[in-house]
Amino acid sequence: MQKYLLSRLLQAVLILFGVLVLVFFMVRIAGDPVNLMVPREASEEYREEFRNMMGFNRPLLVQLADFMGGALVGDFGNSLHFKEPAMPMVVHRLPATLELAGAGMIMAIVVAIPLGLIGGFRPGTWIDSLGRFLGLLGQSTPSFWLALLMIFFFAVDLGWFPSFGRDSIKSIILPGFVMGFGGMGALVRLTRSATMEIRGEDYIRTARSKGLLPKTIYIKHVLRNVLIPLVSVIGVSFGYSLGGSIYIETIFAWPGMGQLVQQAIGWRDYPLIQAIAVFTSVVVVLMSLLTDVAYAFIDPRIRYND
Amino acid sequence: MPPILDVRDLHVHFHTLDGVVNAVNGVSFTLEEGETLAIVGESGSGKSVTVMSLLGLIPVPPGKVTGGSALYYGANGERDLLKMSELELKYLRGEAVKPDEEFTEMDLLQMSREELRNIRGGQIGFVFQDPISSLNPILPIGEQVSEILTRHKGLPKEEALERAIRLLGHVGIPDPELRVKNYPFEFSGGMRQRVVIAIAIACTPKIVIADEPTTALDVTVQAQIVDLFKQLRQDLDVSIIWITHDLGVVAGIADRVLVMYGGRPVEVALVDDLYDNPRHPYTTGLLCALPRLDSVASDRLECIPGAPPDMLQPLVHCPFAWRCDYAFERCWEKIPPLISVGEKHKVACFYDLEKAGPRDV
Repeated sequence: MQKYLLSRLLQAVLILFGVLVLVFFMVRIAGDPVNLMVPREASEEYREEFRNMMGFNRPLLVQLADFMGGALVGDFGNSLHFKEPAMPMVVHRLPATLELAGAGMIMAIVVAIPLGLIGGFRPGTWIDSLGRFLGLLGQSTPSFWLALLMIFFFAVDLGWFPSFGRDSIKSIILPGFVMGFGGMGALVRLTRSATMEIRGEDYIRTARSKGLLPKTIYIKHVLRNVLIPLVSVIGVSFGYSLGGSIYIETIFAWPGMGQLVQQAIGWRDYPLIQAIAVFTSVVVVLMSLLTDVAYAFIDPRIRYND
Repeated sequence: MPPILDVRDLHVHFHTLDGVVNAVNGVSFTLEEGETLAIVGESGSGKSVTVMSLLGLIPVPPGKVTGGSALYYGANGERDLLKMSELELKYLRGEAVKPDEEFTEMDLLQMSREELRNIRGGQIGFVFQDPISSLNPILPIGEQVSEILTRHKGLPKEEALERAIRLLGHVGIPDPELRVKNYPFEFSGGMRQRVVIAIAIACTPKIVIADEPTTALDVTVQAQIVDLFKQLRQDLDVSIIWITHDLGVVAGIADRVLVMYGGRPVEVALVDDLYDNPRHPYTTGLLCALPRLDSVASDRLECIPGAPPDMLQPLVHCPFAWRCDYAFERCWEKIPPLISVGEKHKVACFYDLEKAGPRDV
């Protein structure tokens, strides 16, 4: 277990190092980074002054070392647009995004896992057909379109929920639903196929041959084994949704990470973009690390196999 | 010995996309108390389906039991005492001789799912072919043994676990009190099969059905498992149905052998009788196909030419006729019935190997 976690931790550190190097070169790969960051009509003197200010005139290795050193303490320089440190701005957006991703994930799980389980146990029934239909719908509906549709119906026509912003508990219903809908689709299908697979395993036949009650077989023998693939998918996709959804947050004016990404790109605010990229990577890596831990708790083969 | 299980004219079909597979076509056999019956046949001969279908362990759909009965004479222990007759109760108290069989016989094929669940595991235990996949990979061994005791004997958890430890020791797991916390992947194949056997015998069943329990194991472990079964049979006084395609193993453990072909029984005899005096051309073919210690290494193994029958076709004649050297007109006209040819020896063949001519039926 310790060896397993240690190796995962080491992998995570290596990945983050790689991300930092990539992010550093991202702005320099197309030539002079000054050209990316200042308006095209800026004077030569201003460019020179900007280059000095950002330290772009120093040797590349010195810049890299400086960048890495800053990254270690969370310093990615000032946002060009807001003239204040970039990283705290990003971190400040986390709660809103976390809220949205969490709401979406909960909605997806609450609908998808029961539907997938029942569909997997009783393929061909009406509830299975419903699950498969929703699964297909969830995976093939574009989120921006669904978001607009939701606003038209539930915010404009019916007036049940606000159409934008993050003011009350009601505000999260629509964006959360849109956020979870796609994940719900994938999750229904995965749960269903995993259930069907596990149901046909030899050890389920053994459980039946013991004369165990159906509820014992389903909960103790099937469900726990189905959880193994589910946990990994849920963990990783939750990690990604913590990076924020540009479409959904923009459409609902949700003040989260995705909205910041959209704004930062619009302003060509490269220090801010760099901070977002690194922060998102950290979140994704952390989530998959957590997933690995959860995995070990469910599956003894990982826990003890050192 | 009185029979404990009496299967008559069992038919099992599978509805597949290619058509109806006639997996079992009229199988009849009895299992006596304390007896080990081996069911022998090649892959697809219907031997596993026969026993699995008796206890509702085939997937339905596509599978379906379409006919027959399976009278089980061991159910008295689980019956509702309030509904028993005075005579039955006296028998249970040991005050009377066993009354006529009617009161204990129950047709497995007519039971509700709930009744079957009580029989499965509680009165009839199972050992499956592949011990690697027949244990749940993420539950500790102790839990997998003790849950059957909790289910059928109503034991509280700690007591069930204690019993499980004793059972595991009984089937030859060293340090069972430590090993109960282990998971299946920490056991070897042979040890896992011992665990499966411990589960099968946990509730002291009347019958243990072993479906190719040694096929997935290597030869030395096979011998250990066969020995373990022999020992258990003595300790527990249990009847065993042993399904296999390995006639070598059969000789070591069975009292009686049922040979199946194409979903039908073709010969049934006491084990020595079958080896000395096989009466069906298929049985002789099987025995000739056994490798012998005294044969020359360069000799090719004998085999039966041809392929197993297409089970999608309804059976209208002897299923073995295609591959049989002795087949004549009558074999293509109707299905040969099982006829008695000696003490406890029955064969389903129109040709008499001893007489070297058609049999008078």
